Amino acid sequence: MVKLKAENISVIYHTLDGETEAIKDFNLEVEEGEFICLVGPSGCGKSTFLNVVAGLIKPSKGKIYIDNEVITKPSNKIGYMFQKDHLFEWRTIYKNIILGLEIQNKLNNENLKKLEYMLDKYGLLSFKNYYPRQLSGGMRQRAALIRTLALNPDILLLDEPLTALDYQTRLAVADDIYKIIKNEGKTVIMVTHDISEAISLSDRVVILSKRPAQIKNILKINFSIKNRTPIKVREAPEFKDYFNIIWKELDIHVE
Amino acid sequence: MLNEAKIFSKEHEIYIKNIKRKKMLILFTQISILIILFALWEILANLKIIDPFLVSQPSRMIKFLIKLYNNGELFKHIFVTCYETIIGFILGTVIGTIIAIILWWWDFLSQVLEPYLVVLNALPKIALGPIIIFWVGNGKTAIIIIALMISLIVTIISVHSGFKEVDEDKIKLLKTFGASKFQILKYVVLPSSIPTIISALKINVGLSWVGVIVGEFLVAKEGLGFLIIFGGQVAQLDMVMLSIIILSIAAYLMYAFVASLEDKFLGWKN
Repeated sequence: MVKLKAENISVIYHTLDGETEAIKDFNLEVEEGEFICLVGPSGCGKSTFLNVVAGLIKPSKGKIYIDNEVITKPSNKIGYMFQKDHLFEWRTIYKNIILGLEIQNKLNNENLKKLEYMLDKYGLLSFKNYYPRQLSGGMRQRAALIRTLALNPDILLLDEPLTALDYQTRLAVADDIYKIIKNEGKTVIMVTHDISEAISLSDRVVILSKRPAQIKNILKINFSIKNRTPIKVREAPEFKDYFNIIWKELDIHVE
Repeated sequence: MLNEAKIFSKEHEIYIKNIKRKKMLILFTQISILIILFALWEILANLKIIDPFLVSQPSRMIKFLIKLYNNGELFKHIFVTCYETIIGFILGTVIGTIIAIILWWWDFLSQVLEPYLVVLNALPKIALGPIIIFWVGNGKTAIIIIALMISLIVTIISVHSGFKEVDEDKIKLLKTFGASKFQILKYVVLPSSIPTIISALKINVGLSWVGVIVGEFLVAKEGLGFLIIFGGQVAQLDMVMLSIIILSIAAYLMYAFVASLEDKFLGWKN
């Protein structure tokens, strides 16, 4: 079933000095439960696309459909995660996690119970009264994920959520987040510039051109090994082939 | 994990002890300086090396203090000045923050008013003293308004610029939750600006004292500023010096109170 559909999306940014075309004629369909990565040269308009899907930016042309309904403003079906965790330093982990519920006036027993369950399941229960400052980068990112999941979105938009972490933590957190997301059965669109990360996480990798972003190729990722996890698939024989294909497609030169 | 009692090594105990000892030494030196200063002042004045008519001396100040206390005027003067300062300080901070919120809410207005704020900020507010006295009369109201004027513009400018420095992504995060503008203000903009607001408070404490004392110089018939200017006019340096010392203590206490707010509201930082 098609969960999300981007139809002919174009975005133009205007400044006094002129206009910049960030995205041009972008078409994409995402199946329910799919994990999609967008890779492309930096500054190509990947994040802009996420902002359009989230309903934060109005496209100059085209429409976004979720479950066949047009999106014009931020929707409850979508959760957004940023490069930084953006936990509020003045709130405890628990207070941070209930933020979305608090804003939408949904602090009822049922939702809080679910949260408590998630905190427990994902190992943050004993840290719930800590301040973000007291947690490691990986735990903070996990807390940010639970904050997003608290509103029970169907689709997660991840804007380079691992980039701010150091390499080792990043591998561990990727594994961690992947398991949580698969567990909760979410549909994901993630933006990254890390080719390995994209291959290790996605069902499909969407390769974008330089600005204005257009789809160059969509690569289906299949591994011969069973019960894939982001760490395990890095050892799969197909991994380096996918890497080479994407690397060539991206056509990156040092200028 | 954090609250567990721990058994420390010998080295750590010595480390803690050294830090405590250093703190005590600093406090001891600070108090000693004060005592020596006053003792020297008293002795030099008694030996007529310095002229007590020009610089007064601690024993005369104490005598004057007792006299003021006995005729019931001491607390009246202190109270009047503190009252004016606290009211001016609170009004300056509250009104300034409210105006900053309005400017954040309505960007058009903030851009229109920007040059006016710059001019008002650069203007020495004391220059408006005579106009204020002309409008509201000779009295406490005029003094409070002068104190308010001095801290208001600084508050507006610093708090508003604090609001504008709030992380755009944090605001975006709230928008993805479907937050209204008021919720963005309540959940992100105000709480993340609390450090800015508290540092504005600290500056305002000092500015309010300036406003009140200058205001009292201009119009008052009571208050510490009045005692200072009156003492100068009648060549009563005991009165002037004593008032300045009381003023210092009051200003310090008020600053300490504001600083304690910092610990209360920024507890999450430690």
